[in-house]
Amino acid sequence: MLIPHPLLGLRDAEEFTYLGDARLLDRPDGMAEGAAAAFYEYVHLRDNPAGVHRELWFHEQGDRSWLVVTRNTVTHEILGAELARNVKGGAA
Amino acid sequence: MRYSGLRVIKEALTGHKGWKPIWRNPEPQSSYDYIIIGGGGHGLATAYYLSNTFKKARIAVLEKGWLGSGNIGRNTTIIRSNYLLPGNEPFYEFSMKLWENLEQEFNFNAMVSQRGILNLLHTDAQRDAYRRRGNAMILAGADAELLDQDGVRAMYPWLNFDNARFPIKGGLLQRRAGTARHDGVAWGYARGADLKGVDLIQNCEVTGFRIENGTMRGVETSRGYIAANKVGVAVAGSTGRVMAMAGMRMPIESHVLQAFVSEGLKPTIDGVITFGAGHFYVSQSDKGGLVFGGDIDGYNSYAQRGNMAVIEDVAQGGMALMPAIGRARLLRVWGGIMDMSMDGSPIIDRTPVSGLYLNAGWCYGGFKATPASGYAFAHLLATDTPHETARAYRLDRFERGLPIDEKGMGAQPNLH
Ligand SMILES: Cc1cc2nc3c(=O)[nH]c(=O)nc-3n(C[C@H](O)[C@H](O)[C@H](O)COP(=O)(O)OP(=O)(O)OC[C@H]3O[C@@H](n4cnc5c(N)ncnc54)[C@H](O)[C@@H]3O)c2cc1C
Repeated sequence: MLIPHPLLGLRDAEEFTYLGDARLLDRPDGMAEGAAAAFYEYVHLRDNPAGVHRELWFHEQGDRSWLVVTRNTVTHEILGAELARNVKGGAA
Repeated sequence: MRYSGLRVIKEALTGHKGWKPIWRNPEPQSSYDYIIIGGGGHGLATAYYLSNTFKKARIAVLEKGWLGSGNIGRNTTIIRSNYLLPGNEPFYEFSMKLWENLEQEFNFNAMVSQRGILNLLHTDAQRDAYRRRGNAMILAGADAELLDQDGVRAMYPWLNFDNARFPIKGGLLQRRAGTARHDGVAWGYARGADLKGVDLIQNCEVTGFRIENGTMRGVETSRGYIAANKVGVAVAGSTGRVMAMAGMRMPIESHVLQAFVSEGLKPTIDGVITFGAGHFYVSQSDKGGLVFGGDIDGYNSYAQRGNMAVIEDVAQGGMALMPAIGRARLLRVWGGIMDMSMDGSPIIDRTPVSGLYLNAGWCYGGFKATPASGYAFAHLLATDTPHETARAYRLDRFERGLPIDEKGMGAQPNLH
């Protein structure tokens, strides 16, 4: 699989480490009401779709940026990649 | 029909014209007492024990493809009970004992072969860890032996003992472990269930659930609606998709695992060898092919094929362990979809929907579990209580902070 890195162009997926669903960017507030339940879902439950999946890849052997890659889990076709910090609005 | 040596001789003398299909191909009825979704190893074993051991009737297995078209027909056939944790080891040892009597039990040749599994070790720390694991196994009634380097050399003199990074210092041996014919296991259970009147319905995909006031009423399928008050889901890699139809998110990600077989070679490896440090394991099939594999690819996948990078990685592991493998040609590569759970251990439990039961999270190691998984799931479906060896496999263990994490990796499915 080749990942279209927004800054570096097409890079081999081998240069990256995979974390999982990009929803992990939305970390619950640990101080909020119901934080325990929110963290249980955040840490353990996944949509795990067959089809389009937005997911986090870390360019470990490259520029060490986090990407949000949009990929089809049935065909392995990669539909796009963005810098995670842009998706997250600079907060991460 | 009972199989026997006499029968084989008789058929050989009469041109093998007397063999008949070994299960019926029935139309679905409008309702059942029990529906099992998934005609893989676990679904078929569940139907077998539900009908044979727990004496239940009006049972159907619904399979979207043909029986055994999923992981049961794709795995590398290793059976073992060499786990460490108390939630796991008694269950896998129960499975091992069921394997040891399986062929007599269902009168079918599953080619169960207790040829032994050897886990190689390379450091003092690993020796300590394996000693501890071996003791845990023995405490649970399994067998384990710690071998030193000479012990390993006596078994497999041609291994690369002096690898600079991972010199072989010994290994943990379980002699009662081994391999079994994966398809034969599925067929044996299917036949045994069919003989007790279980309807094995193929080309029947479950497309939805009918749930009223939190209670299971039946399933929508590609062959129409079928009513049932008790529905057991045993769909391995498809768990996320199927349970989403019941409105549930699962502590599971689907990942692809690849496996490999070489051309047929002369007998070389008479047991199973695992080289965990090099992400490689190997055995030799009765036809002579080297059957081997390594890690999952590591990203979410529903494609039953993987990527080149892992093929290379596994080949490198093989070369490091047994350089002679470089001379063998690869015959086939394939993949299957793993239900990777958040702690690497399975789930056999009820769900928040009354009448909906779940059997999932087998990761890359559910083949060895097939007999115990079927037995425990049938126990749960028949009695509404967990089997004594499967009590820890609860769906709510993640919420309650009671994961069963053999590898200590945390909630990161691609690391288990
Ligand atoms: C390459 C590879 C190597 C492996 N090696 C080993 C090993 O050496 N030892 C070991 O212990 N384990 C191994 N495993 C793991 C083992 O194969 C699985 O954990 C186990 O087979 C899963 O249970 P099962 O047999 O019931 O799954 P499956 O055979 O996959 O059964 C699930 C069935 O559900 C059906 N299904 C899915 N969705 C629906 C639906 N909506 N409606 C109806 N039916 C549906 C599927 O078609 C499938 O037939 C390996 C797996 C792979 C892929």
